[in-house]
Amino acid sequence: MFNSLILGAGTGIHAGDILYQLFAFIVLLALLKKFAWGPLMGIMKEREQHIANEIESAEKNRKEAEAYLNEQREEMKRVRQEAQTMLENQKKMADQKGQEMIEAARLEAERLKEAATADIARERETAVAALREQVASLSVMIASKVVEKELDERSQQKLIDDYLYQAGGQK
Amino acid sequence: MEHNAPTTGEILGITFNLSNVLMITIASAIVFILAVVATRSLAMRPTGLQNFIEWVMDFVKGLISSTMDWQTGGRFLFLGMTLLMYIFVSNMLGLPFAISFNDELWWKSPTADPTITLTLATMVVVLTHYYGVKMKGAKEYGKGFFTPMKFLFPFKLIEEFSNTLTLGLRLYGNIFAGEILLGLLAGLGAAGIGGALGAFLPMLAWQGFSIFVGTIQAFIFVMLTMVYMAHKVADDH
Repeated sequence: MFNSLILGAGTGIHAGDILYQLFAFIVLLALLKKFAWGPLMGIMKEREQHIANEIESAEKNRKEAEAYLNEQREEMKRVRQEAQTMLENQKKMADQKGQEMIEAARLEAERLKEAATADIARERETAVAALREQVASLSVMIASKVVEKELDERSQQKLIDDYLYQAGGQK
Repeated sequence: MEHNAPTTGEILGITFNLSNVLMITIASAIVFILAVVATRSLAMRPTGLQNFIEWVMDFVKGLISSTMDWQTGGRFLFLGMTLLMYIFVSNMLGLPFAISFNDELWWKSPTADPTITLTLATMVVVLTHYYGVKMKGAKEYGKGFFTPMKFLFPFKLIEEFSNTLTLGLRLYGNIFAGEILLGLLAGLGAAGIGGALGAFLPMLAWQGFSIFVGTIQAFIFVMLTMVYMAHKVADDH
């Protein structure tokens, strides 16, 4: 049996084997190329292409989204600024209005006060005039009463004397 | 069980080892059916066998890329895949059983025959020369024999033959040895109840090891094919 361990001794060398092996392998290679490896290679290339496309589009989308985000951010900032400006304007306007109103009120108050003061002065004058009149009439009345009551003979004489004296002394 | 020559056929004065013819046909058919079934329904999202066959393709791509740049080596992808699967299937064929008929061995690994492995090896080496001339031109190709030193020419010449011989015989030796030992173990197992018990475990171990060896040998064969190819077609190595 150890004969079979000698190279080729067990089986002998047949040219047909060589030719058949070559033939079979070449046919196998050709068939596989057409029916298996070719399509397989195709699908793998296609997938590669697909993945590359996907990556590319994802990258593009990402960039787009980023740009959009930036745009939004800018817009937001602008809007915020605008709002701020508007708010400030309103505040300023309100302030101004308030100031105006206060000023108007103050003027009005002043005016009222002046009017009141004038009124008061006038009233007082009137009152004083009235009083004066009354006092005059009262004094006349009192004087007439007093004169009526006390002017007797003697007193009359004295009074005349006094007047005469005064008049003479003054001269 | 001996590796005796089966019935010899003869056509036009050329003799055939019919066992080899049978097993080559079976191995080729299995590879073809496997590959076609795997690529039957190709989808962008691979499932099942497509994953497997794509893994094979990526594997061979990796082998080629590790020896030469893809621009040069891409054309050897199909050759590498076919070689890999054919040799792997051939190596596996002899493992589960061997069929002898009239003391003639019919079912075995085709790669357990030196004629077959040397044919494959010679084919590969001839292809390397063919592509060497085709891709680099006859002048560059011829120069390859005299670099880096002129006196290396005889060694370079010998190298071509030794490459062929080692490439073929390495595969043959590994598979043939595996089959011989399996045969001996099977003979022991058939000898009696004690033999069967004694042979069971070594048989198990050796089957497993043979699967490993068969896989590794297929890989080595393709790897060396690409290395030799790179030597001939690549500008730098």
